Amino acid sequence: MNNKFSIRKDWRLIESLIVENSRILDIGCGEGGLISQLEKNINAKTYGIEVNSELARKAIAEGLNVIEGNAEKDLGQYSNNSFDYVILSQTLQAMLKPKDVLLELLRIGSKAIVSFPNFGHWRIRLQLLFTGKMPMTKGLPYQWYETPNIHFFTIKDFENLCKELNIVIEKSIGLTSSGKQFSISKKLSNENLFTSEAIFLLSYQNFEPIKLKSKQKTFVGNSIIAR
Amino acid sequence: MNYKFNIIDDKSLECKIVEFSNANFKLDSDYILNNFKIAFKSFGTLNKKKNNVILVCHALTGDQYVTGYNPVTKKDGWWSRMVGPNKPIDTNKFFVICSNVIGGCSGSTGPKEIDVNTNSPFGGKFPSITINDIVNAQNYLLESLSIKKLFAVIGGSMGAMQAIQWSLNYPDKIKNIIHIAGALKHSSQNIAFHEVGRQAIMNDNNWNKGSYKENGKRPETGLAVARMIAHITYLSENAMHRKFGRKLQSRDIISFGFDADFQVESYLRYQGRSFVERFDANSYLYLTRAMDYFDIVDKFSKAIEFPTISNKHINYLVVSFTSDWLFPTIENKEIVKKLNYFNRNVSFTEIETDKGHDSFLLDELELDFTINGFLESNYRKLESNE
Repeated sequence: MNNKFSIRKDWRLIESLIVENSRILDIGCGEGGLISQLEKNINAKTYGIEVNSELARKAIAEGLNVIEGNAEKDLGQYSNNSFDYVILSQTLQAMLKPKDVLLELLRIGSKAIVSFPNFGHWRIRLQLLFTGKMPMTKGLPYQWYETPNIHFFTIKDFENLCKELNIVIEKSIGLTSSGKQFSISKKLSNENLFTSEAIFLLSYQNFEPIKLKSKQKTFVGNSIIAR
Repeated sequence: MNYKFNIIDDKSLECKIVEFSNANFKLDSDYILNNFKIAFKSFGTLNKKKNNVILVCHALTGDQYVTGYNPVTKKDGWWSRMVGPNKPIDTNKFFVICSNVIGGCSGSTGPKEIDVNTNSPFGGKFPSITINDIVNAQNYLLESLSIKKLFAVIGGSMGAMQAIQWSLNYPDKIKNIIHIAGALKHSSQNIAFHEVGRQAIMNDNNWNKGSYKENGKRPETGLAVARMIAHITYLSENAMHRKFGRKLQSRDIISFGFDADFQVESYLRYQGRSFVERFDANSYLYLTRAMDYFDIVDKFSKAIEFPTISNKHINYLVVSFTSDWLFPTIENKEIVKKLNYFNRNVSFTEIETDKGHDSFLLDELELDFTINGFLESNYRKLESNE
């Protein structure tokens, strides 16, 4: 849903948010470019889901653990805390029920990494204001009637949803349309205007999950303080 | 390993046969086979590290002639398009073994072979066979060949059942499993179709409770009907329509009789006729039963959740076909779901085709691409880790 250059930039930033030797699920992994990069660079153990069967088969043919599937139907098959990180890159806005998907990410993963195009960017606001038509940009190049992006939202919207769901934003990175990178502050003054693409690292609490190990299974608790 | 074995070259079958004696091989039915034989073919060369072995498991009416010349049918092997030099399963790189299942009829011990205890063919007195027995017999074969590790076990349909059974019985021996168009259990509908086929055979007057070899008359009509029924289940409505429609066979008008007016009738009759030339009716009874008895839903779950021998290293590839109603995607996906729930290495794809269950044997480039890529990339990983 984006041009190649900015996808690569996206990948680099996602990688920078991940600790080495982690278990990772990439939802909408395509041909598996990001996960194979993560395997190589930070020794991750990776898994992927891809809805397009041709792309899924390309990833499988690279020896990656990829299943053909749908983020909204197939996350239920993973048990709680199966992964250290679950990545949803540039896809949340294409989901039928983004809120449910977001909750699923943090059920099956200790942390989630979500990136999305910010609909609050000044160019988009101006386009709607002055042309009176649905905005189209380099990052969102579709006409309203053929766009896969059915749930547009802004950084502010996303932060409010996280707050409502008790999700902690551990880190957030904004990218301007020229690719300049900055961290999004808590107060959110101008960032919502200038961020064209945002990447969030999410979890339920700010501390590490407690792992209770038995011989057969690893039980993982998400938090010690009742939310 | 108290048994003895002897590997012979069978000139007429153009394959090797391992004869086991003193084997004390206990079947699921508690019957003990002391003497039995396994017919097999191999392709390619075993490398020094012995890490390039692929076991291909054949389907219900398959045989050891996976590729190359089949001296029985006088045609190419059943998966020639998949296995061979520079084919998706490349015998320039891999050492491929394919054996006739126990209970079969192309050289391995089965109902048409002589029972050494009575000196006459087993016939209907052959012991009941399960997929588990078939896999255990294959393990005897590999032991006799001094092969301790399998890079991959690959199979479609009944072959997929064997592949997944391998992961239960000998997980420490295998690295990769390719499971195509199979299931963790044979469905009620599938058992029903098998039962109709068996009834056709058993109601043929020549069947004689399985002792037909002595009479010199085989239950050919029954077996042909069984094959015709089964053949319908291997296709899809669309594929049949595309291939035959309502086209008439060598005539312009209908005959107002029961000749094969329609091409589809003529085709099925031909399939039935040619099948009886190469397959034994009793084997058909025993092997369809082996598939019916297959249900590893609970065993598989337990083996994945609480493995007694570790199976965490196994990479699974599960493939299904959109138009396969015999082993539909949903049944194949059960395996994927179980593996994912317990964080195992699994890949899954559903290939879009209208060719039905038979797709795995046919010209499906997407299947070739996936199998080839999966094998080659995992073999590269293995080599770089060793």
